[in-house]
Amino acid sequence: MKEVLIDLIGAPLGTIIFQLVFAAQFTVYLSLIAFIGGGIAAIFITLARIAPYRPIRSAATGYIWLFQSTPLLMLLFLCGLGFPHLFQFQISPWTAASVALTIFTSAYLAEVWRGAIGAVETGQWEAGDALNLRYVVMLRRIIIPQAIKFGLAPTIGFLVQIIKGTSLAYIIGFQDLMLVGKRWANAPVDGSEPFIIFPIMAVLYFCLCYPLALFARQLEQKALARGQ
Amino acid sequence: MPIVSMEAVQKWYGDYHALRDLDFSVEQGERVVICGPSGSGKSTLIRCINGLEMCDAGSIVVNGIELTKRSESVAKIRSVVGMVFQQFNLFPHLSALENCTLALTEELGLTQSQADEKAMQYLSRVRIADQATKRPAQLSGGQQQRVAIARALCLEPQLMLFDEPTSALDPEMISEVLETMVSLAEDGMSMICVTHELGFAREVAHRIIFMDEGALVEDRDPVGFFERPDNPRTKKFLSKILR
Ligand SMILES: Nc1ncnc2c1ncn2[C@@H]1O[C@H](COP(=O)(O)OP(=O)(O)O)[C@@H](O)[C@H]1O
Ligand SMILES: [Mg+2]
Repeated sequence: MKEVLIDLIGAPLGTIIFQLVFAAQFTVYLSLIAFIGGGIAAIFITLARIAPYRPIRSAATGYIWLFQSTPLLMLLFLCGLGFPHLFQFQISPWTAASVALTIFTSAYLAEVWRGAIGAVETGQWEAGDALNLRYVVMLRRIIIPQAIKFGLAPTIGFLVQIIKGTSLAYIIGFQDLMLVGKRWANAPVDGSEPFIIFPIMAVLYFCLCYPLALFARQLEQKALARGQ
Repeated sequence: MPIVSMEAVQKWYGDYHALRDLDFSVEQGERVVICGPSGSGKSTLIRCINGLEMCDAGSIVVNGIELTKRSESVAKIRSVVGMVFQQFNLFPHLSALENCTLALTEELGLTQSQADEKAMQYLSRVRIADQATKRPAQLSGGQQQRVAIARALCLEPQLMLFDEPTSALDPEMISEVLETMVSLAEDGMSMICVTHELGFAREVAHRIIFMDEGALVEDRDPVGFFERPDNPRTKKFLSKILR
C-alpha cells in the first residue's frame, strides 16, 4: 500500500498520505468508542431524565447541563492532564480521550433523545395509562418506537460532530489524523508545507463526515415525508 | 354499590379552581351524559375517575376501590375502567389489531393467538374487523374511534368513560360512532359520556348533567333536562345548542 503510493506520486507525498490515512483509522476508532460508549451511557441518562422520580430526574438534568456547558477541549484537558496530575495517576491518551468524548457524547445524545421522547404526543402516554400499561411496557412498546423517528436523524448528524471533535484530542497527545498531520506540517521536509498537508487532512475529514451528513439528511427527509 | 362515587372533590390547576366541591355518583349499569361549555371541567372530572388527573381534596371510590396516590390503587381502578379520547389516541405505529392486543399480551398474559382472537371479537363488535391489519393513519376518523372503543372493550371494563368521542370527527362519521355507543348501552354497560350530541343523550342517558365553572349545575333525567331545566344557566346553554 505504502509502496504503491510512493511509486505513484513520489516519496514525500506518498509517505505523507499513507501516514495520514493510517492515522485516520484512529480517528475512526475513537469516534466509534465515543459514539457507542456515549450512546450506552445516554440510554441510562435519558431513562433517568424521564424517570417518574424527581431526584433521579434532577440528577440526570444536572449531568446533562454540566457536561453540555463544558467545552470539549476542557473535558479533554481535565481527563488527560488535570485529574491525572491532581490525583497522581497515569493515563494513556487513548483512555483519556475516550473518557472525555464518551462523557461529551452521552450528555449531548441524552438531551437529543429526551427531546425525541418529549415530541411523542402526551395522548400516547394517556392512552397507555388508561390501558393500565406498566411504565416499562409503555416505553418499550409505545413511546420509544415513536421517539426513534424523531431522534434518528439528529443522532446520526451528531456522529459528524464527534468525528470533528476527536481532532481536539491531539492536544493531549492522541495519535490521530490531526496530530500526524500537524507533525508533518511542522516538519522541515520539502513537499510537506502546511498548505499541502492541511488540505489533504480536510479532504480526509470530509470523506469521513460527508457520507454520514448525507445519511442524516436522508433520514430527516424521510421522517418529514412520513410526518405529512 | 355505585360504580363511581365522588364526594367533595376539589381540583386546582395552580390557582385555577377546576372542580369545585363536587359530589357525583353513578350506579352500576347507569349511563350518564355530561355536557357544558368548554372549560367547565368536564374532562377534568372524568379524568379524575381513572387517575389521569389526581384530585386535590375529597374522595373517589370506583367499583369499591378507593382512589389514592398509590400505584396499586390506580392500577386496580384502571383495570375496570375503559377510556375513549376525543383525539382517539391510537398508537400510530401499530395496526388496529395490535392496538387492541398490546395490553392483553403485555399485561394480562394472554398468548398472541388468544389475544388476537379476543381482539377480533371486539373489532367485529364495532364492525371494523375487515380493517384489522391497517394502521390508524389508513383509517377514517370514525373508524379510528371505533378501533379505540374496541381497544378499551378488550380489557372488559365495568365502566366506560368517553371524553367528547365525536367532537374531532367529520359530521358524516359521527353517527357510526354513536351507533357503536348505543349498542354498548343496549348491552347494559355503565357509561359516563361527555358529549354535546343531545340526540344521543336523549336516547341512551339515564341522567344528564350540566356542568359550569367546575360545578354540577343540573343533574336530571333526560325529559326533565330538556323540558323543564331548573337552572337558568342550563336553559341558556340549551337554547344556544338546540338553536
Ligand atoms: N393540565 C392543565 N393545566 C392547567 N389548566 C388546565 C389543565 N387542564 C385543564 N385546565 C383548565 O381547567 C379548565 C377545565 O378544563 P377541562 O376539564 O378540560 O374542561 P372541558 O373539558 O369542560 O372543556 C379549563 O379552564 C382548562 O384551561
Ligand atoms: Mg374537554
